[in-house]
Amino acid sequence: MTALAFTNARLIDPESGLDRPGTLIVEDRQILSIDGPVPQGAETVDCGSKVLAPALIDAGVFKADAAACLAGGIARVLLMPDQSPPLDDPAVVERAQRIGKPHVWVHPLAAATRGLGGTELAEIGLMKLAGAVGVATGRGWIADSGVMHRLMQYATAFDLVVVTHAEDHSLAGDAAATAGEFATRLGLPSAPAFAEALAVARDVRLAAATGARLHIRQVTTAESLDIIRRAKARGVRVTCGVTPAHMLLNDQATLGYRSFARLSPPLRGETDRLAILDALVDGTIDVIASGHDPRTQEDKRLPFADAAPGMVGAETLLALALTPVHDGRMDLPALLARLTSNPARLFGLPGGRLAPGEPADLVLFDPSGPWRVDADQMAASSDNTPFDGMPVQGRVVMTVKGGEIFRA
Amino acid sequence: MTPDAPGRTPLPAGVHPFPHPHLLGIEGLQPWEIGFLLDEAESWIEFNRLPAKSDGRLRGLTQINAFFENSTRTLLSFEIAGKRLGADVVNMGVSQSSVKKGETLLDTALTLNAMHPDVIVIRHDSSGAVQLIAEKVGCPVLNAGDGRHEHPTQALLDALTIRRRKGRIAGLTVAICGDILHSRVARSNFQLLGALGAKVRAVAPPTLIGEDTDRLGVDVYTDMDKGLDGADVVMMLRLQRERMSGAYFPSTREYFHFYGLTEQRLAAAKPDVLVMHPGPMNRGVEIDTRVADDISRSAITEQVEMGVAVRMACLDVLTRARRGVEGWS
Repeated sequence: MTALAFTNARLIDPESGLDRPGTLIVEDRQILSIDGPVPQGAETVDCGSKVLAPALIDAGVFKADAAACLAGGIARVLLMPDQSPPLDDPAVVERAQRIGKPHVWVHPLAAATRGLGGTELAEIGLMKLAGAVGVATGRGWIADSGVMHRLMQYATAFDLVVVTHAEDHSLAGDAAATAGEFATRLGLPSAPAFAEALAVARDVRLAAATGARLHIRQVTTAESLDIIRRAKARGVRVTCGVTPAHMLLNDQATLGYRSFARLSPPLRGETDRLAILDALVDGTIDVIASGHDPRTQEDKRLPFADAAPGMVGAETLLALALTPVHDGRMDLPALLARLTSNPARLFGLPGGRLAPGEPADLVLFDPSGPWRVDADQMAASSDNTPFDGMPVQGRVVMTVKGGEIFRA
Repeated sequence: MTPDAPGRTPLPAGVHPFPHPHLLGIEGLQPWEIGFLLDEAESWIEFNRLPAKSDGRLRGLTQINAFFENSTRTLLSFEIAGKRLGADVVNMGVSQSSVKKGETLLDTALTLNAMHPDVIVIRHDSSGAVQLIAEKVGCPVLNAGDGRHEHPTQALLDALTIRRRKGRIAGLTVAICGDILHSRVARSNFQLLGALGAKVRAVAPPTLIGEDTDRLGVDVYTDMDKGLDGADVVMMLRLQRERMSGAYFPSTREYFHFYGLTEQRLAAAKPDVLVMHPGPMNRGVEIDTRVADDISRSAITEQVEMGVAVRMACLDVLTRARRGVEGWS
């Protein structure tokens, strides 16, 4: 494979804080150097002063949607175990790793329990050997605290991160919205926002008791974030993530019964949304992930409460996540860390860094490049975005995966 | 192959070798008391290998084996031990007992006591049940296993096996592997081997080790390969599958992969490692057949043999007072 020289780039490495103009040299699918000598016969890519950063790592997608990932600057995804069949067997995990080839690296999250049923532990040790980088409860939470306790205990033997969905199901049940004015106006089945805090409190307590590493994939309320902030200060090994939807939308987006805004957890009130932005800035939130979940027309063209939750988000992830940067609340390297080096570190993945020896997984983007989200023009396998029509800033120019260039 | 039996354990001056009315557990026994029982057991080993094995010292005494939990090998071992000493041995299994008819444990104890037994051997599936009965009866009680608490004669027979094979216990590294959480064998062995100066390790998945097990004087390992590193003795415990598959570990396949004792894994231990198992074994679950059957390293059948000798010694020692043996009244 020929060497590549990315010249005239604004290089950003969130891990080291590097942010300066330079040239990045790639050879043999790896980063060779920053500003080192250009090998003979290297192909030159003029970056036109745009940002060259590690490709994004999307920590939690429900479909390894290669086209959407490449459009969004994503080279690696963590695949949720909610597949058909579920990722609860070593052979299935083994196979899941290969489904993204050659466009995107897929790192499976093993189902924590058999069939994601929440009762019997799945073979998480064998699944780790088969390539799983963590274990996840999937779309649901594990209601039985005894099972959850033993899961976390057991996971410590393999040093596997336990990824949870935190909503107390006995409260959240079939709710389609957060309890509050809008749910009441619309007459939607709703659950109190504290259904999340209850689940977060329990899981954090179990992490403290067992010493397990806990990653709560989506934390969406001020109260939950407070619990996590305090737990982190005490040294509990807990991390958390959020989606751009919960950062940027509140429950007003459900007005008009727009089923593309039917998410799990549901969109929250404005106070909670503002708390998410604060938590992103202060470091309580470690990861921004898309939760990419393409849904068919049959799943979404239904009355709001009957529609399946979920949204596509891979190709809009970067532009939407940049909002706090455009608002002047975060600098670009700090924001990118939540999309690259933080998930890499949490899940022990290669990439996420601009350093010699790392895989040549890169994204070239124009942070201020304006465009408009258009559901009809999506690369994703479905169009269920709650951001249709929204003007955004941050355009991906190319995605490089393993030294191979894919233009957006 | 067998080293010479060591001499008798020295007794501190002015101390009675075994001042306890019952044998409820290893906890509370002094090292020399444990040594005394092992020495006594030692003297029965050759006797048990003779064609005619009858000793009349318990003649006329009634031994009740009250087993409230199913058992084959322990019950048989106690029955043979009693009979070789000349006792009248009767067995009461849970299936025949009035417990099934709703009688409380204490009423059963009083009923047994009214028949004037001279020694009662009890197994029960509740921790502490044997002690409860011992408080209500007028004869020596031997704990043959209570819940997850203690199984003292198993620990004694394990110690006797190790002592004969290795010539000592002090200074040895003993790895006890498997279902520590539910194991009374493990708890008794922690106490006994610790009291005699061995370095004891507990090796198990985190779900099968009790909280604060390190406070019991053992080093805890969740990585089997590290736990076996340099071990002189590896003691495997039975995985009580019927109680817990899916809850404490995912499957026997995964368990065997990470915690099963295989030739390959055993290579981390000392070359002359001794492999033990209290039985009954789950071949292919916690122990590979080749390891279990390797007679140069496996002491599993020898453990059964030592069991009879240990139980004879315990029955003898505990009934000395009522038999009027000099110095024991």
